[in-house]
Amino acid sequence: MATATIETRLHRLWETPHSVYGFFASTDHKSVGKRYLVTAFVFLLAGGVEAMVMRAQLIKPANHFLSPEAYNQLFTMHGMTMIFWYASPILSGISNYFFPLWIGARDFAFPRMNMFSYWTFLMSGIVLYTGYIAGVAPDRGWFNYTPLADPLYSPGLNEKFYCIALLLLTVSTTVGAINFIVTAFKLRAPGMSIGRMPLALYGTLTASFANIFALPSLSASLAFLYLEHQFGLHFFDVAGGGRPLLWQHLFWIFAHPWVYVIVLPALSFVSMIVPTFSRRPIIGYTWNALGVVATGVLGFGVWVHHMFATGLPPMAMSFFMAGSMAVVLPSAISIFVWLVTIWHGRPVMSASMLFVLGFIFLFVIGGVDGVFTGSIPADWQVTDSYFVVSHIHYVLIGINVFPILAAFYYWLPKITGRMMSERLGKWNFWIMFIGMNIAFFPMHNLGLLGMPRRIYTYQAGLGWTATNVVISIGAYIFAFGTLLFVLNFFWSLIDGPIAGPNPWDSASLEWATPSPPPPYNFAVIPTVRSRDPLWEERLGMGKRSDVFEGPVISDEEKVTMGTTPLDGLLQQVVRFPEDSVYPFLTALAITAICYGLILGLWGLALGGALFTFFFVTGWLWYAPAPVEL
Amino acid sequence: MNSNESRARGHARWERLRGSVRAGTHRASLAGGVLLAAACAEAPSTLRPASAPAHRLFVLQWWLIGIALAVMLIIGVLLLVPLRHRIRTVADAPLEEGGSTRPIAIGVVISALILIAVFIYSAVVLAADAKPDTPPKLAVKVIGHRWWWEVQYLNADSSDVHENVIGANEIHIPVGEPVRILGMSADVIHSFWVPQLQGKIDLIPGQTNVFWIRADTAGRYRGQCAEYCGLQHAHMIFWVVAQSRADFDAWLAHARAPAAAPKTPIETEGQQAFLASSCVLCHTVRGTRAGGTLGPDLTHVGSRLTIGAGTLTNTPGNLAGWIENAQSIKPGVDMPRLDLPPATLRQILAYLESLN
Repeated sequence: MATATIETRLHRLWETPHSVYGFFASTDHKSVGKRYLVTAFVFLLAGGVEAMVMRAQLIKPANHFLSPEAYNQLFTMHGMTMIFWYASPILSGISNYFFPLWIGARDFAFPRMNMFSYWTFLMSGIVLYTGYIAGVAPDRGWFNYTPLADPLYSPGLNEKFYCIALLLLTVSTTVGAINFIVTAFKLRAPGMSIGRMPLALYGTLTASFANIFALPSLSASLAFLYLEHQFGLHFFDVAGGGRPLLWQHLFWIFAHPWVYVIVLPALSFVSMIVPTFSRRPIIGYTWNALGVVATGVLGFGVWVHHMFATGLPPMAMSFFMAGSMAVVLPSAISIFVWLVTIWHGRPVMSASMLFVLGFIFLFVIGGVDGVFTGSIPADWQVTDSYFVVSHIHYVLIGINVFPILAAFYYWLPKITGRMMSERLGKWNFWIMFIGMNIAFFPMHNLGLLGMPRRIYTYQAGLGWTATNVVISIGAYIFAFGTLLFVLNFFWSLIDGPIAGPNPWDSASLEWATPSPPPPYNFAVIPTVRSRDPLWEERLGMGKRSDVFEGPVISDEEKVTMGTTPLDGLLQQVVRFPEDSVYPFLTALAITAICYGLILGLWGLALGGALFTFFFVTGWLWYAPAPVEL
Repeated sequence: MNSNESRARGHARWERLRGSVRAGTHRASLAGGVLLAAACAEAPSTLRPASAPAHRLFVLQWWLIGIALAVMLIIGVLLLVPLRHRIRTVADAPLEEGGSTRPIAIGVVISALILIAVFIYSAVVLAADAKPDTPPKLAVKVIGHRWWWEVQYLNADSSDVHENVIGANEIHIPVGEPVRILGMSADVIHSFWVPQLQGKIDLIPGQTNVFWIRADTAGRYRGQCAEYCGLQHAHMIFWVVAQSRADFDAWLAHARAPAAAPKTPIETEGQQAFLASSCVLCHTVRGTRAGGTLGPDLTHVGSRLTIGAGTLTNTPGNLAGWIENAQSIKPGVDMPRLDLPPATLRQILAYLESLN
């Protein structure tokens, strides 16, 4: 039995000093997670403000509120901010905070890499927005088609900011993905076999694998484009022997799996929340887990459905039409799993659950309007119209923002130790849900009425005006709903009731820790022998797991248990490195390389490279080896 | 000639064109706001198809909309029914167990059947739209430029340019006949989209995308670039004008003829001013020494429906504004700000107006 003295000693061992040094040196996954969450949320607000400004421009025809230059930068920045700097990092935030807690570990396999991944994420966002502040933001859309993005048609620094900021972000994402994968396969609590993993892991794990395989395609195309701009090479321009469609293939081979990267973890968060508020274990655990993995695999076989209008041969396109139909099925599995679980349970109408139910409905809309884009002939009408704008927002807001808010209402009490207001949360939900549908549902119609996307203004008399007014109003309602969340969050920090360890009476391991969890997460590493360790006694299976009792492995060195990848059998004691500023310094040095590459300051780039080498050397100087058992 | 006269003439020309294309059932009142009324009747909606291929897409679309609404309804109901429990906190509900996965399997099988049906139906439409019923007798090369459309008429075998028939932002076709389109781009990727006639097809530099269009009802159909192509993507509009075969042949013969010679003194002065200006560096007027090819061919500019690729209706006032300062109307367009002296502007305007 862990005693108070042992806990005090563990606390002293694991705690990061509250100092400037501590801030930059911390490797605690919970600090990483919180920083990810706050930073990504700030990017969400920035992208939201950009959207609001665009909706002001589109509220009436032939509007001169924005210049075309300003509008084109805005819609590009909005897309990039939301897709790259909000949607994936916010998931990383939740996963970073909770991953070790879900699996009964004390930290990630590579805690320093974890913090490095945060710093490079932050720096890449800063690089992107320096471009915006300097007036040379990317303005060719988030998918940045060549030859429009080639040097001939996009002189200036805008495209270099696009390439380099995104390249830096791919570094962050790759590092994070490796860390998730190794942690999930090596640091699960003893007894947590692959079939007992919390479902949240399947989404994050699948997304991480998708990242590893998809990101090289993006990195390659970004490097090619940068080489075109900086050194006059030719990859995509016809005059130089390049092929414009090469960019589209490379980009979408990355970007369609990326869609799943930014929705699968969110779906799997929902799979954690649904059982808690249905008051029962999930029905169809295996279906759900395999469905998520299948989506990740099939997601690599559908990229051409973004290119149905490019004149590819119909037979070639048909394969991708079939793939696009097939990829719907695993998502359908998830939906039926949740529905069946809710129907067989006693659903509790908490704010979190409302966001889940709203999400399921929005997911269905984003799924059925996605069928239009998967059917080649139907896609010819809807692609590049407002119909697709609607689809992408139902997918990204419906399947990312709504589950994230559900997750916030569910898990923030664990992070802050305080409850948020349920009443305000329900207002928050209804206003966002209604605003969302007022803003985005009519866009379907607008697309069918022939309005192309990415036009900074439109003419009167085409039947588009009234709909655009409605859309703008809906967007402002939605924005107001988002502010209610911010309000609720700050209210909870100041005046929220104390949460206690398990306010929702949930089944998974993170709820076995105090709220907020101590720096070492678990004094005793739990031993897990069922999918629902905190519920098992009440589910009539008897007590099987040891969550609170057992030996404390060490209060002298930062360690956790290492287990076998599939069966979760105890294998080794994994030792963690100490806090370090090297990850931060390395990120700074790499950022210097980035600015050097963008501005053509080769001295800066070279200096950054040298310092990167030194800092990485310092970082790797001492790497504690695991102790095999 | 005073400006009232010229405005009246512009109006009359507009009327003539409208009459000649028999604008279907949507003959709106033209009092004053010609463009507004006309455009309103001609909203480019996929829901008002005017060709067999577009109609097939329209029917497919409605099936998909129907399926989508049905699925939304069913899932919506399935989501709402459990709410009847109205349990407020987790403490009010003990844990449940058991439950069957069979409904999941049933749901997935039904979803799969629907998706297979959608696939087959889509493949059938794809095959049906691949080729016209009769081989096209007319071929048109459409070249996307930032931000306007160049239109060249070819022979049916696509081999030979009717070298004299080069227009811009307007594609005249005979009604009820398939027309082969050779889509190309001079710079970046554009996308050819006339929602009432067919779906999108991209115009990509370095390749020629061949497709066909047909209009089964005479009328004017609005098209717009659908692939983001830079600053003025929003103002890259064109019109497909579907005319009876006789009207079309007459139009083609007229379009093949060189520019009309100036008739009045002011038109003559305008021609001289035009040929002496920088206009000729970018624009062609066949029959004169103006032979620039960077901008649209102006041989018959007076008879066009719009200026600036659909940005403005082609009225003398709008044309004058465009010549004077296109940058204020379509910022970033290649046409520079000219700031001509008023007298010169009037002359050039009169000349261009005469190029019917």
